[in-house]
Amino acid sequence: MDGFDINSSEKADASELQRMIAIEQQKAQFQAQVHNFTDVCWDKCMEGSPSSKLDSRTETCLVSCVDRFIDTTLSITNRFTQMVQKGAH
Amino acid sequence: MDTGTIMEQVKVQIAVANAQELLQRMTDKCFKKCIGKPGGTLDNSEQKCIAMCMDRYMDAWNTVSRAYNSRLQRERARI
Repeated sequence: MDGFDINSSEKADASELQRMIAIEQQKAQFQAQVHNFTDVCWDKCMEGSPSSKLDSRTETCLVSCVDRFIDTTLSITNRFTQMVQKGAH
Repeated sequence: MDTGTIMEQVKVQIAVANAQELLQRMTDKCFKKCIGKPGGTLDNSEQKCIAMCMDRYMDAWNTVSRAYNSRLQRERARI
């Protein structure tokens, strides 16, 4: 009886741990994407020498950049899928 | 090792990796922005530029983070 109880509580711990680690992994993936977007969008949006603060034009550019980059990714994925389905390489 | 301790370590490792990534990319961008022809030392204007660049990079990072989060929420709302 005792052995059975210990086993099932260990299993519960392990799957709870898996669940919690999966959540942290998801957060880490989000952060990794932010690093990528920031890298690309800095080049697109930050003109000239660094200023004392981000002006609203630059802020707008950065926000648009993220959305347009995601749109581009979706666009390419969709078209590429169509190309593959048609038998292109 | 209990769950709490393991999760602590996982979170710390992820945070450290995140900070390293941030610093590496920030250094790349700010070197490009602030250092022209490399001289014998970093002069005052270069140092000031680097400091401002760091602040702006973190501002940009936060703006991008919010924008990405908003986009994800909008996409989830559509499903």
